[in-house]
Amino acid sequence: MAQISYREALNQALREELDRDERVFIMGEEVGYFGGAFKVTDGLLAVYGEKRVRDTPIAELTIVGAGVGAAMGGLKPIVELMTINFGLLAMDQIVNHAAKIHYMFGGHAKVPLVIRAPQGAGHQLGAQHSQSLEAYFLHCPGLLVVIPATPADAKGLLKSCLRQDNPVIFLEHETLYGVKGEVPDGEYLTPLGQANVLREGKDLTIVSYSKCVYDAIAAAEALENEGVDAEVIDLRTLNPLDITTVVESVRKTGKAMVVYEGWRTGGAGAEIAAQIYEAAFDDLDAPVERVATLDTPIPYNARLEKAALPSAADIVKVAERMV
Amino acid sequence: MALEREKHIAERALLTMGETQLLDFYRRMVLIRRFEDKVAEMYSRGKITGFCHLYAGEEAVAVGAISALYDKDFVVSTYREHGHCLAKGVAPRAVMAELFGKATGLSRGHGGSMHLFDAEQRFMGGYAIVGGGLPLAAGLGLAVRYKEEPQVVCCFFGDGALPQGAFHEALNMTSLWKLPVIFICENNFYGMGTLVQNAICQEELYKFAEPYKMPGVRVDGMDVLAVHGATLEAAARAREGEGPSLIEATTYRFRGHSMSDPAEYRSKREERIWQERDPIKNLRRKLLHDGRANEARLDAIENEVAAVIDDAVKFAEDSPEPSLETLGKYVYVDGNGAE
Repeated sequence: MAQISYREALNQALREELDRDERVFIMGEEVGYFGGAFKVTDGLLAVYGEKRVRDTPIAELTIVGAGVGAAMGGLKPIVELMTINFGLLAMDQIVNHAAKIHYMFGGHAKVPLVIRAPQGAGHQLGAQHSQSLEAYFLHCPGLLVVIPATPADAKGLLKSCLRQDNPVIFLEHETLYGVKGEVPDGEYLTPLGQANVLREGKDLTIVSYSKCVYDAIAAAEALENEGVDAEVIDLRTLNPLDITTVVESVRKTGKAMVVYEGWRTGGAGAEIAAQIYEAAFDDLDAPVERVATLDTPIPYNARLEKAALPSAADIVKVAERMV
Repeated sequence: MALEREKHIAERALLTMGETQLLDFYRRMVLIRRFEDKVAEMYSRGKITGFCHLYAGEEAVAVGAISALYDKDFVVSTYREHGHCLAKGVAPRAVMAELFGKATGLSRGHGGSMHLFDAEQRFMGGYAIVGGGLPLAAGLGLAVRYKEEPQVVCCFFGDGALPQGAFHEALNMTSLWKLPVIFICENNFYGMGTLVQNAICQEELYKFAEPYKMPGVRVDGMDVLAVHGATLEAAARAREGEGPSLIEATTYRFRGHSMSDPAEYRSKREERIWQERDPIKNLRRKLLHDGRANEARLDAIENEVAAVIDDAVKFAEDSPEPSLETLGKYVYVDGNGAE
């Protein structure tokens, strides 16, 4: 077990999967000679060559479409979108093709494609480079949505995605690449659809994923000083969604809050809250709360950007109101 | 110029081609035409529903191109794909059953007219987003090249796809990577009801090949031999690792865009001119003229095809509806950690 960064954990997972399975290859803008816009694929070209680490033109629709076609042709492509914002150019191939092909051809075709993309705000990159779009993909049947918070899960989940045959949207948070954590060496798989209870508590359930998990932990520590014992759950994957673990927690605490960086309106938190109501209405002592990004484009100015995003302080404030 | 050259090649091909192959062209084209006629009839009787785009008039493109491929080569198609699917050798029964929405259909009734698929025959699907198949064809070409296999990918699309970004992205990428893809543009002069010159600045569509550094030809899409010849050249080039080609086949759909379109934007005179160029009648005339076949032989083919289609309809009629339990099936591939 080594202390490595989220970025290194992803790189390690890619290396292990490239070594393990000849069908696995990586394709995307700047993944080769540049080493990845966020350096996730750094050093891979030198080891695996252009065939398996393929730089592409800037043409997101066809990068993803070629990934879909290559997957149908028997390969296991990993497509890197430079950021999910650019992935919007590929929505036709993601939603109309990748997500539909297995179904509309009656189960006779499959698309084992992993689309990796950084997302999220926090680096003052402005409105077109700071979005968290997991809800767009969660909305669409046929796509798995995987969204790791920790280095260990970044590795374990990415490897699991390559061991199954559904198209996956694998979302990495841009501010997490440098975060370090314990990551098991060698073969390590995190099952898809299993939430992780990061902190046990009896007063309040905080459900989160991706970068906001760290805010939830910080908030839980602050709340502890105020005598509030919060449980923190990292969902790890949104589809499949481990609502069972969430509901079990809510039955115990009677209160639930969903914390996420997508926009508040129509976000993944709305779906999670709805499922909590459906499964545990009688166990709730308070309405399910959402702490999320304000319904505005993300501004450039540092103070404004910070104010638009959910924070540990926001979580504490809402929690104080709830308990 | 391009057309003249192709015509010459086609005439030469007619002289040198074996009778078996010529009759096979005839049989396949008749199969598609009669199939589509029957589909129209079944549609009007309410047996087939939804969107349904018929291929009648364009048979020479599918048959000419696909007959130039090997069985293991891939075909990617559009929502007007019954012809490509049949030409690729997919069983008419399974196609008709899918159109009827039956459990025995190619896509178990989940797809319909626009979403046929048969992995066995390497028919890699009909896609109903204009231009959507081109990136997929690039990816299949990439897979073939990656695995160092000898196949080529033949990708059909209409003139309506050329203004789409997907067309330009796919041509650039396949040319850049020298992928074994044959792009066949079926120029029937209308994207739905919009004339090609009202949709794209360069109406000689094959000329888009040049900026993407690949060969581009315009062939008479009403002449099965012309399409066949051009596809043979493109396939040989692709197999040699020299990359993609663009073939523009000028053709005409004898019916509207879909079953709900009476095609009132086209003149009767224009339709008549194209009807006179009917690819099936033309081949029949040529075969008889050159003494390559007699009336009795060609009529026998027509009768065989009629029987195949009657059988397909009977099969579709007699097949069960998909059970409601299949509604949620095939959304995800089961197992390995994902529900």
